[in-house]
Amino acid sequence: MVLNFIIGIISAGIPLAAPLLLASLGEMFNQRAGVFNLGVEGIMLMGAFVGFLVVLTIGSPVLGFLAAILVGAVMGLLMAVVTVKFKAKQGISGIGLFMLGWGLSGTLFRVYVGGITSIEGIRTFSFPLLGKIPIIGEIFFQNNILVYITFLLVPISWYVLNKTAWGLKVRAVGTNPQAADTLGIKVERIRFQCIILGSMMAGLAGAYLTIAQTHIFADNITAGRGFIAVALVYFGKWKPAGIMWGTLLFSLAHALQRSIQVYGINFPYEIAVIIPYLLVIVVLALSYKSQLLGPAALGKPFIRGSRE
Amino acid sequence: MPEIIKKLEMRKITKKFPGVLACNNIDIHINSGEIVALLGENGAGKTTLMNVLFGLYQPEHGEIFLNEKKVVINSPRKAFAYGIGMVHQHFMLVPNLTVLENIALGFTSNKIFKLELNKVRTKIDEVSKEYGLSVNPDAYIWQLSVGEQQRVELIKVLCLGANLLILDEPTAALTPQETDELIGLLKIMAKKDRSIIFISHKLNEVKAVSDRVCVLRNGSLVYEGTTPEHSVSTLAEKMAGREISMPTLKEKSHATSPILEIKNVFAKGSMGTMALDGFTLTVNRGEIVGIAGVSGNGQKELADVINGINHIESGQILLNDEDITNKAPQKIINKGMGYIPEDRMHEGTIPSFSVKENIIMKDYNHPPLSKNTFLQNKIIENYSSELINNFDIKCPDNKTSCASLSGGNVQKVILARELSRKPKMLIASYPIRGLDIGAAEYVHEQLLEARSENIGVLLISEELDELLDICDRIAVIYEGKTLDILDRDIDTKSKLGLLMAGIKDEKKVI
Repeated sequence: MVLNFIIGIISAGIPLAAPLLLASLGEMFNQRAGVFNLGVEGIMLMGAFVGFLVVLTIGSPVLGFLAAILVGAVMGLLMAVVTVKFKAKQGISGIGLFMLGWGLSGTLFRVYVGGITSIEGIRTFSFPLLGKIPIIGEIFFQNNILVYITFLLVPISWYVLNKTAWGLKVRAVGTNPQAADTLGIKVERIRFQCIILGSMMAGLAGAYLTIAQTHIFADNITAGRGFIAVALVYFGKWKPAGIMWGTLLFSLAHALQRSIQVYGINFPYEIAVIIPYLLVIVVLALSYKSQLLGPAALGKPFIRGSRE
Repeated sequence: MPEIIKKLEMRKITKKFPGVLACNNIDIHINSGEIVALLGENGAGKTTLMNVLFGLYQPEHGEIFLNEKKVVINSPRKAFAYGIGMVHQHFMLVPNLTVLENIALGFTSNKIFKLELNKVRTKIDEVSKEYGLSVNPDAYIWQLSVGEQQRVELIKVLCLGANLLILDEPTAALTPQETDELIGLLKIMAKKDRSIIFISHKLNEVKAVSDRVCVLRNGSLVYEGTTPEHSVSTLAEKMAGREISMPTLKEKSHATSPILEIKNVFAKGSMGTMALDGFTLTVNRGEIVGIAGVSGNGQKELADVINGINHIESGQILLNDEDITNKAPQKIINKGMGYIPEDRMHEGTIPSFSVKENIIMKDYNHPPLSKNTFLQNKIIENYSSELINNFDIKCPDNKTSCASLSGGNVQKVILARELSRKPKMLIASYPIRGLDIGAAEYVHEQLLEARSENIGVLLISEELDELLDICDRIAVIYEGKTLDILDRDIDTKSKLGLLMAGIKDEKKVI
């Protein structure tokens, strides 16, 4: 009973972590380049809706995901133009992007779909042999393909950031853009690239929710995951592995509270629901000092010749 | 590798900023193997001119000729391609990257994937050997001292193939020993046919290092000539456009009545370590006591704890025999403490406030400036105008915001506020840092004036000349402790320099 309870939590937690991890890794690229993108939630909502709509009308999950990535790229481009090109305040622009995504996805849903409709989307598949291993198979080898891709992105992101020329430029641009500029690095170009890349990942994360997880779309279906993703970047100290642990912690707490409800354990569910969120706040409060290691130019527009 | 720069000329360079003519029709040139000092007060246009040469700014008019061929430099990347490298006053290094990564960054501009760290490492090795500049390529920048960071900057521009080096106030944050090393190094570079443009307003250094001087004033080239034909004081005159004599202390004070006593104070710095580690010092009435030391040895924390901005862990601070340990800043102010903070734009003033408002910042809440919580506008108006007059603050009127004033005038606003309150004790942190020589002269006159009015003055500075000019006694702070206190008459500059590096007994140098 207890073992089943625990296995249940872990095997439910891992797929729940995937969209958060995707969005959070995307936000990490934004922030590593010095851009604070609060619009993740809005981008996720648009990705969720567009992915859902494509699957509903064409039936192809692959095209659904691609469409969501494309929508993410477009919204990222918008964010980049506003904050990098026109140097608008990043926090406010991000909130604007969130509202845009929220309002637009909800409105389009009502216009083109109307009510709750479910789609086929993608389902989990079990690895041959591996999936049959007791416990381990259930936890690790019975997920949908995107879960594996997402977790594979953790080492890939680490490698890109730390071992490639582009990654070095990203890290420099996010910490001391003036220095990067004097070395001939195109600060604005790198920031554009990072915002768009991160937004594409956020769009995909949104589509994951509708195509791979819930198979429906509803207004505000992301329920704050985009903002949690932003918080988890701080939690993970801007490092892919740290972010992965953060998303797992959050998702396991999320699965735990669901299990508490499902199993009918005598515990007020209102409190259970807030556990994961409370956890993030507590950990963030305790990890204050890590901000010293973060990208120092985070949130500051780059203006050549300014001494700030 | 870029071609050797035999001769570089900037012809008729004009650069405007909104409302300011930063460079006005300037002609300068430099030959290979030459060290040219670019001299001028703040805002004279030195840095702007060099940023034009380095491709950071585009001039409105003017041309650059390299080996008699016209070139267009519209980005730092272009500048490097022509063999021009610049070491900026505020180092252009990324603190959370290693030395190796910082230098490799200069080789990445067209690359996406390939990061040839080993190739860069070999390059760093070569350059370090050639010039005897040792550095650990795997150290993070934030772990390095300011002097070491400068070495990294030099290695960086040399690795990138610079034949012409522009150094913008390179000695601003160096100890005297580091400065001497740098000057030696620059001379070696010049012997190897590199050209160096050295921006500074420290005349001793200009004298020691350069072959030729170009003096800028208000955006125009006002003088050009060879260095040996000038003394430090004639150079100062050319720079300020008038005769300058830095005030000095005539005779030592024999004051013995203490006004500020700091007893065995321990306090934490921003990194959580003990920044003040048993610091003890007494300042008497009518005496200027200097605190010499390389910045980062507890000076900031010392000024903060005296003024109640930070708490101390243990120890005691007395002002006029009253305990002010860990009291609120306002209480300490009201007991007669004056403070000229290190950062005049963020701590000393509120830049967006007017001169008038900044002047009354410490007294607005009691009569005569306010009555029953209401500000007395007429009185404030007269009071601020009077001070603007007395302290010779150059501003259109008392409603001008402090942000639009020059550094020297902002410092005068602070001096006016602090001294007109008739304090018993005055803490002055780096009061002439970044000021031009005319403004520095004025600040020192005011500090000496305060001394003659029996005010105790604590002067924190890294500039030995400043300390030797006006201090009665000089205490050396090292790692949060008073390493030694020297009397003015027996002091020698070199002794102070060694003490600042933490070496108390010359014989013990290993």
